[in-house]
Amino acid sequence: MLPLFVAIPLGVGFLLPLIEEFRDRTRLFSVFVLLETGGLLALSLIKFGDKGIYRMGGWAPPFGINFVQDGLTSLILVVISGIAFVTTLFAITYMKEYENLGRFYGLFSLMLAGMYGVALTGDIFNMYVYLEVAAISSYALVGFNRGAEEIEASFKYLIMGAVGSVFILLGIALLYGSVGSLNIADISVKVSELPNDSFIVLSTALFIVGFGLKAAFIPFHSWLPDAHSSAPTPISAMLSGVLIKVLGIYALARLLFNGLNLPGVAPSILTWIGAGSMFIGGMIALGQKDLKRLLAYSSISQMGYITLAVGMGGILINQGKPGIATLALMGGIFHLVNHATYKSLLFLFSGSVEKIFGSRDLSEIGGLNSISPVSGAAGTIGTLSISGVPPFNGFWSKLVIVIAAIWGKLYPLAGIILFTSAITLAYYLKVQRQLFMGKPTKKASELTKTSAGLYIPLIILAICCIGLGLLYLPEIRGLVLKPAALALQEGSEYTKLVLGL
Amino acid sequence: MTGMSSIVKTVTRWVSPFIFAFGIYIALTGHLTPGGGFPGGVIIAGCFILLTLAFGKEATFRLFNLKSSSVTDSLAALSFLCMGLLGYVFGSGFMNNFIESGFPGTPFRLLSGGNMPILNLAIGLKVGASLFAVFAYLALFRAIEED
Repeated sequence: MLPLFVAIPLGVGFLLPLIEEFRDRTRLFSVFVLLETGGLLALSLIKFGDKGIYRMGGWAPPFGINFVQDGLTSLILVVISGIAFVTTLFAITYMKEYENLGRFYGLFSLMLAGMYGVALTGDIFNMYVYLEVAAISSYALVGFNRGAEEIEASFKYLIMGAVGSVFILLGIALLYGSVGSLNIADISVKVSELPNDSFIVLSTALFIVGFGLKAAFIPFHSWLPDAHSSAPTPISAMLSGVLIKVLGIYALARLLFNGLNLPGVAPSILTWIGAGSMFIGGMIALGQKDLKRLLAYSSISQMGYITLAVGMGGILINQGKPGIATLALMGGIFHLVNHATYKSLLFLFSGSVEKIFGSRDLSEIGGLNSISPVSGAAGTIGTLSISGVPPFNGFWSKLVIVIAAIWGKLYPLAGIILFTSAITLAYYLKVQRQLFMGKPTKKASELTKTSAGLYIPLIILAICCIGLGLLYLPEIRGLVLKPAALALQEGSEYTKLVLGL
Repeated sequence: MTGMSSIVKTVTRWVSPFIFAFGIYIALTGHLTPGGGFPGGVIIAGCFILLTLAFGKEATFRLFNLKSSSVTDSLAALSFLCMGLLGYVFGSGFMNNFIESGFPGTPFRLLSGGNMPILNLAIGLKVGASLFAVFAYLALFRAIEED
C-alpha cells in the first residue's frame, strides 16, 4: 500500500493539467484535490503505527529501492496529510478568483508526492529525486501570482534551493564513493566499519549545509522570508507548515541518525545552529511590520527549537544517556507536529486578514475582534500557542525540550530556550495589540465579509492546537511520540527492519 | 522569410530525420543497450529545437504546438504511472515487471524485457515533450517582449 502515497498525488498532479488543456472546470478540480487529500489523510490514519518495508518491483533492499515505514514515518505522513487536507479546504474558497487552477492544484499535488516520497524512501538517491520534485514544484508555486515581487522571491528561492541541492548531491556522491551503497540501512552498516573516513566526514558537512539551506537554518535563511510571504496563502501554509520540516530537518535527521550513525561533532553543530536560528530569527521577527514576514521569521525561530532538540538528542545519545535523549527527541518531534498546526493556522489566518483588510501591514490594520470574532478567536489561539502559553500545545513541547536540556545538564541551552520563548511572546503580543484589539481602521469600514470556507479550516486547526496538548499525557505520548523518537534513536532497529539482519 | 539562411535550412532538412530516428532508436532499445527513454527523449526534443531554430517557431508549431506538447507530457506521465499500478493488478506489487519476471531482457531481441520497453517509451515521450515545451515557452516569451 505504501507506494499509493506517491502514486495518487502523482496521478492527480498530471491529470488536472491534462483536463485543463481541454476544459477549465474549477469546481471539478477542487473536488479532485479534496478527494485526493482526504483519501490520503484516511490512508495515513489507517496505516498509522504499522511497521514494514515495501520493495519496489519486488527487488530486495540493498540493491532495489524500498519504502520504509516506522514510527517516525507514520507520524510525518499524518502531519503532511492533515495539513494538506486543511490547506486544500481553505484554498478552494481562497483561490477562486485565480486563473489556471488546474496547474495550481497539479503543482500542489506534485509537491505532495515529493514530500511523501522523502518521508517514505529508504534510498538516499531516491530521496534526492523526491526532494527535487517537491522543491521544484514549490519554486513554481511561490511565483504563481506572477507579480514582479513574487517572481523575484521565486527566483531567489530557486537559486538558493539549487545550491542546496548541489551540496546534497555532492554529499551523496562522496558517500557512495566511500561506502558503495545508496540504501540508508546498508550505509549505516558500512559506515560503522569505516570510522574516521575523511570522505564520510566531508559528506556529513555537505549534508548539514545542503539540508540546512532547505530548512532555512540561520546563516542560510535569506530566501525564506521572501518566498513564504510572496507565495499564495495556502502555499505559504504548506511551505512553512510541512515542506521545510520534511525536506529539511526530517531528511537530515534520518540521514544523521539512521544512515551515518551520529558522527562526532555533528549533533553539537546541529544544536548550536538550532540555538542560533532560534534566537536570531526571533530577534528579527520582533522588528517586522508585515504580518506574513513576521510569521516567516518566526518559522525560522521555531525551526531552531526543533533542530536544537534533535541535536541535543544526538549529543545525549553520544554521551550515553539514552533515557534523556529519548525525551529530547520526543520534544523535538512534538514541537514539529505543533509548529505544523499553529504555523499553518497563522498563515491561513493571515490570508483571511488580507481578504478582510486588503493589507497585511500591521500599522494599517486593527480591531479584528470586533469585525470578525471567529477568525479573531482562531488567530488568538494560534498566537497564544506559538508563544507557549500554558493550556495550548506549544507550551507542552517547549516544556519537554527545556526539561530534557536541564536533565541533560545542558544549562546554557535551557537558558536560550527560555529567553527565546520570552521574545516570541513579545512579538506575538505586538500582533495581539495591533491586530486584534484597538479600533477598526478606516480601511476596515469598507471591508468584505469572510465566507464560511475561509474560517472553517481555521476552526479545525485551532481545535487541533488545543487538542494536541494531550500528547503530553504519558499514555498517549507512549503511543505516538515515543515510537517516533525511538525510530531515530535505535539505528540498529532501522537496519534490522530494512535488511532483516 | 523567417528562420535562418538557406544553407542552414538545407542542412537541417537533411539531418533532422536522422536525428529523429536516432532518438527513437535510443529510446526503444534502452532495455538492451546503453541509453534509454531519457536520452532518447532529449535527442527527439533536440531535433524539434533544431527545426525551430532553423525554420522559425511558426513552422514547428504547425507540427507540434504548445497544447500538444503539454498533452503528450501529461499522457506519457500518466501511462508510466498506469504501468506501475498495473503491477498491482497482474503482478506482485507496484512497478512489478508482470510481463517477464526474473532477470528480464534477451540480447538483440527488441520485444523482450517485459514492461521495460513500454516504460522507456513513456519516459522518452515525456522528456521529449516537456523539454520542447520549456524551449517553446522561452521562445514565446521572447516574442512577447519584442512586440
